[in-house]
Amino acid sequence: MMGWLKDLFGAAAHAPETERWEPGDTLAKQLALVIDLNVCVGCHACVTSCKEWNTSGSAGALADRDPYGANPTGTFFNRVQTYEAGIFPGTDTIHFPKSCLHCEDPPCVPVCPTGASYKRKSDGIVLVDYDKCIGCKYCAWACPYGARELDEERQVMTKCTLCVDRVHDEQLAPEDRKPACVKACPTGARLFGDVKDPTSEVSIAIRERGGYALMPEWETRPSNQYLPRRVTKALGDEADS
Amino acid sequence: MNPAFSVVLFTTIAGAAQGLVVALALATLGGIDMAPAFVARGLEIAGVMLMIGLLASFGHLGRKERAWRAVLMWRTSWLSRECLVLPAFIAWVALWWLMLQSAPVGMFVPVVALALAASLWLCTAMIYACLRFIEEWAQPLTLVNFVLIGLSSGFVLVSALAASAGEGELLRLTAPVAIAATIAALVARVASLRRNAALRHRSTLQSATGIRSPHLVQKSMGMSAGAFNTREFFHGRTLALLKIVRQTFLICGFVVPALLALVAMLTAASVWWWLAVVSQSVGLLAERWFFFAQAQHPQNLYYQVVS
Repeated sequence: MMGWLKDLFGAAAHAPETERWEPGDTLAKQLALVIDLNVCVGCHACVTSCKEWNTSGSAGALADRDPYGANPTGTFFNRVQTYEAGIFPGTDTIHFPKSCLHCEDPPCVPVCPTGASYKRKSDGIVLVDYDKCIGCKYCAWACPYGARELDEERQVMTKCTLCVDRVHDEQLAPEDRKPACVKACPTGARLFGDVKDPTSEVSIAIRERGGYALMPEWETRPSNQYLPRRVTKALGDEADS
Repeated sequence: MNPAFSVVLFTTIAGAAQGLVVALALATLGGIDMAPAFVARGLEIAGVMLMIGLLASFGHLGRKERAWRAVLMWRTSWLSRECLVLPAFIAWVALWWLMLQSAPVGMFVPVVALALAASLWLCTAMIYACLRFIEEWAQPLTLVNFVLIGLSSGFVLVSALAASAGEGELLRLTAPVAIAATIAALVARVASLRRNAALRHRSTLQSATGIRSPHLVQKSMGMSAGAFNTREFFHGRTLALLKIVRQTFLICGFVVPALLALVAMLTAASVWWWLAVVSQSVGLLAERWFFFAQAQHPQNLYYQVVS
């Protein structure tokens, strides 16, 4: 009983964690991913580790219907797509991981009729309160990136949480306080950090390697950014390359 | 988008009910001589239609038992505002009906009913028009169409009721308005179709991925198979079917009802009005289905290849 009361008031004392971003706010801290398209090999380790962590964590369970059948379907917070650029034989195969971009001005948040969708003021992560979501799908319509997926079994909207139940967990070793996808990537294609801190690994990568946002035309200001392919010259091409 | 029948039915039937209430409110304000029992019957029909719409809208929710929560975010969400205005409108129609049972109503009740009907059209249309990257919807004509189509179907319905009940004075007012509103709705809908046909979407596969090459094709959408994203945003119908639906709604929703209304005016037989109601019901359901199906969500750029 006392423990329960303590939890109740303890949760209240953690109010800054649950404080919400309002349209127009500029946050001091914004956690995000930076994805390096030079080194992603399309192995889907980030996809499977994401599903594994989140289906058993606070965001789960994630639906997985008919997984070995002809038409499997399920919820994923992160998917890797493949594109081919250029004309044969000069083509480039580009593996392209995509998850919620945790926009600085997320269009999915203000449209939510219940307040289940919100963006945290303390670290900029966009989350869904699964206990408040009515499954109206309007936030998914309002996201140009298709980052939100209605879970077929729970009938609530789900999305990438940036492993919010991991990145702040002080019981984990500091090197493990990263999203599951970042930890799983065998090529180091996924960087994680505070894009508002100019000295962070992600800020430096964006600055020095031409990090860009997806669909800049809609001014959602995605926090996740992508590092474009660099042309690697063959040996002997140019001495100064 | 993949049209959800619940939302198609809700927006169509509620729009017609709003038009019906607007017609009765304007007639009351204009001092048209109507039997109180006729007005009460009209309000009953509007109330039933709105309740059907309300129930249909629940069909779109994954967690129906939590629907009450949807009224909370009215400061930022048009959907939340709609969830407040719709029950208020139903309650006001019920109140009007109740007042009719005892005494004639004054100006206040119909004026508020007009304001609520207008607010509901605004909320319903803005739910779609405020999504700036669904460019087929993000235009003022979306609101114009919702209002004109509601007025057209409401006035055709009230004319049918008036013709059957022998409310001659009311019919002399509503019949020309029904024809005018139907023609206006047709003009506005054709204008929005033309605008959307000429639309060049701002998002491209290049802007969606940041890969600048002009020759860019998707080879795989991720080996995670079917998903919400491959169902919710694709209607999966052929262009030929879409074309048939477009022709159907233009003819059955607007042209045929307008012609039938004209015949009804000339022959003074109520059966033509009811044929117009039937034709328009089919046509306007097709119209709303097409409204959803035609919208191209930019997320579809990421799901061009199912593999």
